[in-house]
Amino acid sequence: MLAMTETIATDVAIVGGGPAGIAAALVLRGRGVGRVTILEREADVGGVPRHCGHPPFGMREFGRVLTGPAYAQRLAEAARQAGVEIRTGLSVTALRPGARLDAMCAAGPVEIVAGRVILATGARESSRAARLISGDRPVGVITTGTLQHEVHIEKMLPFRRPVIVGTELVSLSAVATCRKAGIRPVAVIEAADRPTARRPLDLFPRLLGIPMHYRATIAEIRGRGRVEAIAIRLADGSMRELACDGVLLTGRFTPEAALVRPSHLVLDDGSGGPAIDQFGRCSDPSYFAAGNLLRPIETAGWSYREGARIGAMVADDLAGTLPPYVTTTTIVRGANVKLVVPQRLSASGHTGSLDSLQIRVDAATTGPLVARDGSQVLWCRHGRLLPERRILIPLSALQGPRAAGGTIIIEAAGSGSG
Amino acid sequence: MPDGDLFDVAVVGGGVVGCAVARRFTLDGARTVLLERGADILSGASKANSALLHTGFDAPPASLEVACMQAGYREYLEIRERLNLPLLETGAMVVAWNEADRERLNAIEAQARQNGVDDVRRLTPAEVLAREPHLAPDTRGALLVPGEHVIDPWSAPLAYLTQAVENGARAVFGAEVTGGSFDGSEWALQTSKGPVRTGLVVNCAGLFGDILEQRLLGSAGFTIKPRKGQFVVFDKAAAAFLRTIILPVPNERTKGVVLTRTIFGNVLVGPTAEEQDDRDHAGVDEAVLRTLIAKAVAMVPALAGMPVTAVYAGLRPASERKEYRVSADAERRWISVGGIRSTGLTAALGLAAHVARLHADMKQKKDLQPLKNPVWPRMTNLAEHLERDWQKPDHGDIVCHCELVTRREIEAALNGPLPAGDVGGLKRRTRAGMGRCQGFYCQARVAALSEGRLADPLAVDACHD
Repeated sequence: MLAMTETIATDVAIVGGGPAGIAAALVLRGRGVGRVTILEREADVGGVPRHCGHPPFGMREFGRVLTGPAYAQRLAEAARQAGVEIRTGLSVTALRPGARLDAMCAAGPVEIVAGRVILATGARESSRAARLISGDRPVGVITTGTLQHEVHIEKMLPFRRPVIVGTELVSLSAVATCRKAGIRPVAVIEAADRPTARRPLDLFPRLLGIPMHYRATIAEIRGRGRVEAIAIRLADGSMRELACDGVLLTGRFTPEAALVRPSHLVLDDGSGGPAIDQFGRCSDPSYFAAGNLLRPIETAGWSYREGARIGAMVADDLAGTLPPYVTTTTIVRGANVKLVVPQRLSASGHTGSLDSLQIRVDAATTGPLVARDGSQVLWCRHGRLLPERRILIPLSALQGPRAAGGTIIIEAAGSGSG
Repeated sequence: MPDGDLFDVAVVGGGVVGCAVARRFTLDGARTVLLERGADILSGASKANSALLHTGFDAPPASLEVACMQAGYREYLEIRERLNLPLLETGAMVVAWNEADRERLNAIEAQARQNGVDDVRRLTPAEVLAREPHLAPDTRGALLVPGEHVIDPWSAPLAYLTQAVENGARAVFGAEVTGGSFDGSEWALQTSKGPVRTGLVVNCAGLFGDILEQRLLGSAGFTIKPRKGQFVVFDKAAAAFLRTIILPVPNERTKGVVLTRTIFGNVLVGPTAEEQDDRDHAGVDEAVLRTLIAKAVAMVPALAGMPVTAVYAGLRPASERKEYRVSADAERRWISVGGIRSTGLTAALGLAAHVARLHADMKQKKDLQPLKNPVWPRMTNLAEHLERDWQKPDHGDIVCHCELVTRREIEAALNGPLPAGDVGGLKRRTRAGMGRCQGFYCQARVAALSEGRLADPLAVDACHD
């Protein structure tokens, strides 16, 4: 049987109904855009916060501290009240030039014809395979996202005594989820010599009595059916076996760019997401992107504000007030710079753009963070730079008059870790 | 286990060869039982290979191996449409990367012709690059083997055993054969699922084939020397850079690694060849995986930085000799199918026909009557280039977003004549969790959908928070 293709015609199609996508939709509706449609492949909008059964969410957006699920519900409710059209259970399968999307829902294929598209598909944690972890491949090696979905939505326990790998902010969220579900982590291991998350949050596992091992890496996972143990390599090179029934891999987020990678849009190797200009425009300017698809990883609150800002720019673009899409400056990653967003600057003079370049570094350093155009230093700041921490350079510092086709190099070549 | 039933044939081992042998005997009219110690088929060597349908161009000339490969190849093409088994027609190039390689191509071409693979032809470096523009430019030419193709390594054996079961065979899982005795006319096997009586035993126990013979015959005709192969699977975006299977020119030192598309739309590099004694554990090793990635990038530079979707390792049941170890003991009503090293996926149907002939040559109590109108079950298509369930209406909903696996497919894999027995079996039947996120998005739902159905389940308990 051949299903008829349904066509959705909309002013703005937003792929992904997490905080960034919903925030963009709310702004667009507030600016009077007629049809704003969120396309969500899951059964509910709300994104990752749906699974995070703990506070704090929504302090800026709703003026109070909410748990993740409550925050997600607030977002969904706000979108419905604002007249945003929400299509759940709809999977976008391809991005076509000129804001056209192929999609599939339970009833059959769907074609989306939009004025603009905002990509807001978020980020996910790196898998065991992508991390190239050695050893057997038993059941029980999962990420925080899976743990939280399993515990909070499906009401199931993936393990009882896991080893937690990583100390990012999400790792603490994982510890909180374990505690609530009665899961007793055996240990937390971290490859660096210090926790990735900021104090005092990094003290949290220790307060719960979970042993912490720094400068420790997984040497091997062991187990036939289910995980039985992991071997870890400690700072002094010695090996130690930890009996456990699971391995929880936390963090090391990567943008969910599965739609971008095979598409006509330019993907940035540094961020792993689509390359954008300061207005959030992709290499096909009928596409914009917002939220954690742009870079791993920011908080829900940051993604929400970023989505709102990009939504406003899409409204400007529909109104014809956005500067034309002409790249005047390319931002280049120099020493120790893992990613830069945006990667391009279009003609300046419009004040509504993103405020800052967002930077992440590869390794901890102390020294200058420099933005330079050839030998001319445009901006410089001295200090300590840590991986996975938010680092910002004000765009206003970079937007002097500049020849078209110019480049700005960002460098963080201070002295190494210590 | 039905007490007292006397089977004509007991096939020990549910790898690809065991599944094909069980199918052959069932279609020939034998009362057949397949005994598998794992929770599902393909629990040993057959779960991890490079998923190629080989012409046998480089197999040992005049060997049983090349005969079975070529018979298996032909039969796969004959039956695949009725069983809905996919074929990705890619062809292969044996690519020379240096002068020594290029000289060896002559011998490889001669061997191909000796093996009856006559459609091979030499390609100049320019022709190689015209065919595969993303290949590293420093090739010295290649031998094109048009008949080498890519198949689904899991739906084929599943189809073979499903057809056996739907035509009356029994398949018993968790049934390790622990002992047995032969009274001159029939075997009484002891298994961990109870006794089994049979007129013939076919040893398809793969990595445990010699151990089975020691247990039941007192000695084994061959010794298994497990050989581990590790593989890396790249993101589907990599498939834009490769159409043809890229085969290495083997040299004295190494057989080399293959770079190929998979039927699921990814690109695969592997295997390594690592001798080990352990028959159970096939671990991956980060340093080795990085070497494989580097080799892939050396062949196709555009793969640099390509995300890795999956890594895996398998054990080939090689023996102490470089040949298949197939033999029949008419006195003890025993057929041994051992040492099926790395060509078993291609050769399985040919081996099954060979085993049936060995059986026919034995003195029979009664002649088998082939089934007149056997059932032909149709497999779920998981090949990326053919229509998938998610593209058809009313599929329920999509559970695994990366591989676009529907709820309907997952439910079907948990039911039916050969339901998934463990997590790996469910993944191989559906591809749920085998995509780029490796279960980040879907594993919780798959855990819920498969609750109470699988050995070593995804969830250990309900959560009472």
